[in-house]
Amino acid sequence: MLRFVQWLGHHSLSRIRAAGRLGLFLFSLLPALPYALWRVALLLKQVYNTGTLSLPIIMTAGLFVGMVLGLQGYNVLVDYNSEEAVGTMTALSLFRELGPVVAALLFVGRAGSALTAEIGLMRSTEQLSALEMMAVDPLKFIFAPRFLAVVIVLPMLALIFSALGVLGGYLVAVGWLGVDEGAFWSQMISHVDWYDDVINGVIKSVVFALLVALLSLFHGAEAVPTSEGVSNATTRTVVQGSLGILALDFILTALMFN
Amino acid sequence: MGKQTKIEIGVGILVVLTVAALFMIALRASNFTATFQDRPTYTLRAYFDNIGGLKVRAPVKLSGVVIGRVSTIGIDPETYQAWVTMKIDQAYRLPLDTSASILTSGLLGDQYIGLEPGGDEEYLADGDEIEITQSALVLEDLIGQFLVKMSDQGGEQ
Repeated sequence: MLRFVQWLGHHSLSRIRAAGRLGLFLFSLLPALPYALWRVALLLKQVYNTGTLSLPIIMTAGLFVGMVLGLQGYNVLVDYNSEEAVGTMTALSLFRELGPVVAALLFVGRAGSALTAEIGLMRSTEQLSALEMMAVDPLKFIFAPRFLAVVIVLPMLALIFSALGVLGGYLVAVGWLGVDEGAFWSQMISHVDWYDDVINGVIKSVVFALLVALLSLFHGAEAVPTSEGVSNATTRTVVQGSLGILALDFILTALMFN
Repeated sequence: MGKQTKIEIGVGILVVLTVAALFMIALRASNFTATFQDRPTYTLRAYFDNIGGLKVRAPVKLSGVVIGRVSTIGIDPETYQAWVTMKIDQAYRLPLDTSASILTSGLLGDQYIGLEPGGDEEYLADGDEIEITQSALVLEDLIGQFLVKMSDQGGEQ
């Protein structure tokens, strides 16, 4: 019994300590961020690594999610004789929820894990210490460009995801199931609001991007410098990132769409 | 092809795709264009006994064509009537005896304000009130009336 209580206390304390270290990490990272803007080449490389290389998975997933939404929406709406609303339904669910959330989830798996592994490996091979020895601040050279790249890239990917999803819904609904094309687009235009739906979705994905960037860099920097430690750190990034995205999404939805 | 060129081309592709996505969403899938076509409007006000499910931003239609939007909804504290103000496109002038009624698009659709122009020679100006109004049909009331009628008939027989 006493051991259980001790175990509980130990884990609570270590969680609180980890949260504290995360906060300290963020505060040491923030002043380094402006330097990333001056090193355009470093920033571009990270935008390429995290963004361009994630494009295939984001685009395929967006197309298929949109197609599934079109198919499912059609099956329900056709009972009420309002199958034209399938466009509205697809667009609203993509812009408000699925675009930002699914893009962020895929992004954690594709790019967040890679970032953690990369930095973890840098740490275990003592490249970070070597940089410090040369009086090069790894925060400015390694962390800041990656953080900024993630924050820039994820909203872009979410937009591409949503647009392709709408296209997928269009292909299924209009091309395959025979929904009227004019009604499909005109209903969408009259029900989707630029600020309330599209811009709020972009704001969501910016918040998710901050979370993903912070978590993946933090876990990379915290990784135990062994191959097992790096793999554990990668797992933590993906698990905490995914759960964090879903929890934040609930909070943001409650704030935005009430 | 140098490594730097490859990176730059890759980032270029990402930017092009994002811009294309933004354009597509703005032009084909949302009311972006409408929010920037701010045409001059004038405000009209109308009192209703019951506005049903009318919401702010609901369309105001004349012969089925959208000529404005509902801007605010409130309650008159003395008469307990609901008042609705709507912004009408200045391109459309309405006679003084225009009537407004709250209608529903389809059986389950959204509610909107339908305007019926009268024959007056003078036109409604900014801030005027539409005096002839008809409230929303509330489905429950309608069913209630129907049931009462049915039971009355049943009692007579």
